[in-house]
Parts: sequence; C-alpha cells; structure tokens
Amino acid sequence: MSLRPALGTVLGSGSARAGVEHWWSQRVSAVASALLGLWFIYTLLTLPSLDRVALIAWLADPVSATLMLLFLLATFWHSALGVQVVIEDYVHHKALRVLGLLAARYLHLLAGGAAAVSVLKLSFGEPA
Amino acid sequence: MAEFSLPPESRFKEVPGRKHAAPEGASRVKTFRIYRWDPDGTEKPRVDNYEIDLDRCGPMVLDALIKIKNEVDSSLTFRRSCREGICGSCAMNIDGVNTLACTKPIEDVRKDVNIFPLPHMPVIKDLVPDLTHFYAQYASIKPWLQARTPAPPDRERAQSPEDQEKIDGPSACILCACCSTSCPSYWWNGDRYLGPAALLAAYRWLVDTRDEATGERLDELEDPFRLYRCHTIMNCTEACPKDLNPAKAIAEIKKMMLERHL
Repeated sequence: MSLRPALGTVLGSGSARAGVEHWWSQRVSAVASALLGLWFIYTLLTLPSLDRVALIAWLADPVSATLMLLFLLATFWHSALGVQVVIEDYVHHKALRVLGLLAARYLHLLAGGAAAVSVLKLSFGEPA
Repeated sequence: MAEFSLPPESRFKEVPGRKHAAPEGASRVKTFRIYRWDPDGTEKPRVDNYEIDLDRCGPMVLDALIKIKNEVDSSLTFRRSCREGICGSCAMNIDGVNTLACTKPIEDVRKDVNIFPLPHMPVIKDLVPDLTHFYAQYASIKPWLQARTPAPPDRERAQSPEDQEKIDGPSACILCACCSTSCPSYWWNGDRYLGPAALLAAYRWLVDTRDEATGERLDELEDPFRLYRCHTIMNCTEACPKDLNPAKAIAEIKKMMLERHL
C-alpha cells in the first residue's frame, strides 16, 4: 500500500517533452505509404508481365528503383512506429516492454534492410 | 512441495444474483440487472435482478434506482445528487454505455436494464467507483487561470464574445468521468494517460484568451503517455452525456503541439 497522494502519483516524473516528433512521423510516413502504395499497385497492374525478366527491367530504371526504395522506407518506418505504440499500449511488464521495443525496432531494420538490398540487387544486377 | 493450484476462493465462478420479484398486480414490469459488490465483504461480485412496475416509477433510470433503494433493497449503493444532469454524480454504465442515470430514460432500453459501475475503475461499493486518480489528473492540468498581466484594477479581465464561445463547450464539462472510463486507452494506461476529461479541461484553458500559460501547459502535456495515448477511438465523444467533443479537443491540442514545432 502506498500513502503517496494521488496528485503526486499523477505528476510522477513529469512530462517527457516528447511525442510530437513520433506523432508527426506517423502522419508523414502514412501519407508517403499511401501515395507510393498507389503508385506500386498501378505499376504492377501496368507491367507487361510479372515474371523475373520484366521486374528486373522495371527496376533497372533508376526512377522506379528510387520510388520502390522510398516505398519500402515509408512502410517499414510507419510499421516500426505503429508496432512501438502497440507495445507501449499493451505490454506493462517493464523488462518485457524494453525487450519488445528493442526486438520490434531491430526486426524492422532487418526486414527493411533485406527488402532494400533485394531491390538494389535486382536493380543493379545483370539482366537474367 | 510447491503449491501449484490457486486457492479455491480466488477462482472465478459466476455467483447467482438475488431476485426481487415485482409486487403482485404490477402492470408494466421491467427488470433491472444491477452489479453488486462490497470489496470489504467476503462475497464475490454478483448481478441482482429487480423487477420494477414502471407504472409506479419515474421515467429515468435514476428514478428506478431510488425506488429500489427506498422500497426494495436499501443496501444498494450509488451516487446521486442533482437528478438533472449537472452534477455528474450518477454516472454509470447503463445498457453498455457510460451515461448519467438521471438523464437516461428507462424507455430507451429495450430489454432488461443492465447497470454496472463505470468500467475499469476500482469499486468502492456497488455502483460507486473510486475517482481519486481521475480527480488528481484533473488537478494536474492546473484548471485555473494563469496570467502574468495583472487584471485591470477597476473591472474584470475582458474577453470578446467570440473568444468566450471557444470555451463555452469545454466549460460545460461536469467531470462525470463517462468519457475517460469509456476509453480503452485509458483502461490500459490510465495511470499515465490523462484521459479525455482531463485533456478537455486542459484544452479549455489552452484556448482561453485570458490565460498566459499556454506554453507551460503544452510543455506539461507533451508526453507520449499523457497526451499521445489518445488513438482517436472516439468512445469519449460517443459517451459524453453533455454532448461535448473531447476527441476533437484532443485533436486540437495535438495540432497546437505540432504548430509550435513546425
């Protein structure tokens, strides 16, 4: 049992003076994902075929490769921010929360990095 | 040897509630299913059934509760005062929605009237929740005028009618806690998230043109938990028995936060 006054508990360690950046980044990445997502779907629908040769030819174009990398950046960034919020919302065990936040961040870096390398490999690789 | 099973009294088993039948000759019977629990006692929570003759009862849910307490079961515990939606005392969960018992017509509920205390708050007894933390959160946003400019010696601080209109809405909050206790984010993180009621009050002072502590107020709110646990679920606005819009107020605060960064 704690005899600490309720106001003391609420004031706690004070405000973190943070959160705007995270909130704004979520919006920026959401808009980017939506726009680039539309471009991505449109491109897939208009490609002559979806086989390896056609995709490599498409990604060999520097504009396509750049937009594709930006699409990956926006979605993985957005997902990392969102998963972070979900963990903060629901994981209340302190050690598990820190572990969860670390894991979420590293896994997003890993998956995003792998996806980007794949695009670059296709983009710069010799046509098959 | 370690004990691996939980003690029998800690296991949840539905406890049958007590039934109070309507008096003979009742013409229009409605059943009220009311949550009963005394944390100081030894019994588990239960839901009691009370059959009420609507032809001998006032139109609001609070009328039925008062009738039950007066005529059927004096141990039923709930808060009430003004019976006209201005004190906020009789806030409870009726038919699945947080609202004021005094302004909720019984007729609005089609089947049995389920009445529970405000969700996710510690229960003091029956329908009375412990709002200590909720009030402390309200106190934490410093709900009073803070200005460095001294008030004119001969009159009050002036405010244009348009500026007054900005605070008309949020000033009408009666702190019944219907909004905050309907918010899932407040359920999971109510210890750190201020909740819609306190944030609506904060907004009321942020947009008050006589107040000069806007910066300090925003500083205090700029926190991933205090403010940004709001995920725009909008249960708060849906629940508010005064038809206020805490969700919009919180969105406006987020906008003010952003504006001083961009």
